Amino acid sequence: MTDGATWVDEALREHEQRERQERQAGPAASRQAATGPEREQQVLDRIDRARRRRPKIREERITMSHGSGGKATRTLVEAVFVDAFSNVLLEPLEDAAQLHLNGSRVALTTDSYVVSPLFFPGGDIGDLAVNGTVNDLAVSGATPLYLSAGFILEEGFAVADLTRIVASMKTAAETAGVQVVTGDTKVVQRGKADGCYINTAGIGVVEHDVSLGVANAQPGDAIIVSGPIGEHGVTIMLARGELDIEADIASDTAPLNGLIADLLSATTGVRALRDATRGGVATILNEVASSAGVGVQVNEDAIPVSAVVRGASELLGIDPMYVACEGRLVAVVAPEEASRALAAMRAHPLGTAAAVIGEVTAEPPGIVLLKTAFGGTRIVDLLVGDPLPRIC
Amino acid sequence: MRFVDEFRDADKAHALAAKIAELCEPGRQYKLMEVCGGHTHTIYKHGLEDYLPESITLVHGPGCPVCVIPMGRVDDAISLASEPGTIMTSFGDMMRVPGSKGSFFDAKAAGTDIRMVYSPLDSLKIARQNPDQRVVFMAIGFETTTPSTAMTVLRAAAEGLQNFSVFCNHVTIIPAIKAILDSPDLRLDGFIGPGHVSTVIGCRPYEFIARDYGKPVVVAGFEPLDILQSIYMLMVQLSEGRSEVENQYTRVVPWDGNLAALRAINQVMELRPYFEWRGLGFISHSAMRMRAEYAAFDAELLFEVPGVRVADPKACQCGEVLKGVLKPWECKVFGTACTPETPIGTCMVSPEGACAAYYNFGRLHRRRVVEVSIQ
Repeated sequence: MTDGATWVDEALREHEQRERQERQAGPAASRQAATGPEREQQVLDRIDRARRRRPKIREERITMSHGSGGKATRTLVEAVFVDAFSNVLLEPLEDAAQLHLNGSRVALTTDSYVVSPLFFPGGDIGDLAVNGTVNDLAVSGATPLYLSAGFILEEGFAVADLTRIVASMKTAAETAGVQVVTGDTKVVQRGKADGCYINTAGIGVVEHDVSLGVANAQPGDAIIVSGPIGEHGVTIMLARGELDIEADIASDTAPLNGLIADLLSATTGVRALRDATRGGVATILNEVASSAGVGVQVNEDAIPVSAVVRGASELLGIDPMYVACEGRLVAVVAPEEASRALAAMRAHPLGTAAAVIGEVTAEPPGIVLLKTAFGGTRIVDLLVGDPLPRIC
Repeated sequence: MRFVDEFRDADKAHALAAKIAELCEPGRQYKLMEVCGGHTHTIYKHGLEDYLPESITLVHGPGCPVCVIPMGRVDDAISLASEPGTIMTSFGDMMRVPGSKGSFFDAKAAGTDIRMVYSPLDSLKIARQNPDQRVVFMAIGFETTTPSTAMTVLRAAAEGLQNFSVFCNHVTIIPAIKAILDSPDLRLDGFIGPGHVSTVIGCRPYEFIARDYGKPVVVAGFEPLDILQSIYMLMVQLSEGRSEVENQYTRVVPWDGNLAALRAINQVMELRPYFEWRGLGFISHSAMRMRAEYAAFDAELLFEVPGVRVADPKACQCGEVLKGVLKPWECKVFGTACTPETPIGTCMVSPEGACAAYYNFGRLHRRRVVEVSIQ
């Protein structure tokens, strides 16, 4: 059993230590010194400092939250992996690493696929395994070329299902113009895996003279999404059959390399591209804000969301901004090139519903603000784990 | 989208906000409590406070189902779930609530079988599929969710299911409101009444608030315009010197409540003599337990439950936040030691908890929002 009390004690001890230090630093820094709005601002400043501190894993075991793509995942990645493997190619934490090999710029990425159910409206784990890795290469500005495929299969898994998955991978690879050139197969005992897990890695060549990264975002830049958000995530939630909701919806899984190639040929104003997978669009906007030290402001009214996704999200009490997509990208584009970029995206079949949803601002740094359709303003933070349905 | 957009209309909101501002007496400060955590969530999610004049403060109340569950009960549930051959089911909101030895998520990571369900009835499905295991539903919530637990027990009884039981933690809202009204720390001007609780209990149970305490109550829906309209209705009552119970949520809440639901609760459950609320302490007749006739479905009778009372960490001020005495950011550990990643208190866990709502949605001073917003 995890001893939850340990980290609570530890957190409180650290808190008291810091409070003592701040008191010693002078009365102005102390929480008690001011009143009303000034005091609230002091508390908010202190939280801001707390959020900048090096993340620390307090849990003794991995929980499901560590795989959600939100704060818990970021903490795990930074505190365990970046800490151990620390190097300049890894540290930007972009979707693919940029390597210089014999004068060529090469992008390298890897991703594992553990989706359940394996087959769902609009695709299956095979489509995802190809498209996900193709997209991670494409958003780094690379032309995806070759993939590897590793399969972890559970004893008893139907060969017919495996054949179907591999056929999907073949079709997806042909559509994306990549080849699967190496692979691996392992079988584990019944109960040790959920049917079939796939890992793919991919390499591509960066041909355009671009350097894409969320840290490049500058005040004034436009934020564009390539289409309606959250369709993959909602499809999966409904396909699990636990909700007894039936709806006409399919996953948005698609290779984005064609769309991105058109976009990068049309304009040199693109500063960053991300595909909005786990954690959804909200997580990407937060990455832009924190990596570039800028604010991001988006208009709820401008965000394309299909009626089905909105309806399901309202019923379940979740926010589509956090729901995964598998064929949508977020682009940060210089203001003077925004309309050209939007036109290029809309001209591609996967970007017909592309929309400018907001802009990068100088203030407040590190924070994503949403102008709600109702006319209010609020913060859009990273979630800790998966969005949990509310009780009532 | 129908049934959603019309309740989020910004033009209507501007018009209502203007009328609310007109009703404010110069120099007077108004404190209105939204009792229900669902309202707290709506207020923050839609940025509703942007529409209110500075003289109106919304105070967040105790109606957040997971926020009021004391640590000892979480420990009890984990102890029940840790018995070999047990599957525990509960609502998603419950998964991150800290006990003294971690949350359900931590217990799950340590090997306990705890599953998230969307309806208590899903627990029966799991019980039928796993006849060799005992399925315990961790039941929480106010009167909103109590009828569905009662119906689930009635269904299980009718089917003769032997391997299903309920660990009952249902609480009732009226004693909590009374505890707040009797608390000397707080001076409130009126209440935004809990909408979904009222679909079950109706509006009559709030009459004592208007009659004995002289405070107006408006039962409100959960869309932002519902809440803004309720604030307007409260302000009209205050400006006219009235204190009455009014129903803004007439499209869902019948004045007398839902008799069938009340009957189901009454058939299966009865009031406990007392129950511990997190932060509020023991409140008499404030929670439900299973009736003796349904003892076969009462996990507390069927299995060993440690029942150890665990004091909240000293620094945690959830009690003051739940009573509305402290604003979330006024808690000593808010946002530094206690965050959504590592919540020390329950208010930081549920999206309906005041601290979580403020941290996730409102962590920017209102004046600063106005300064930096692009128009």
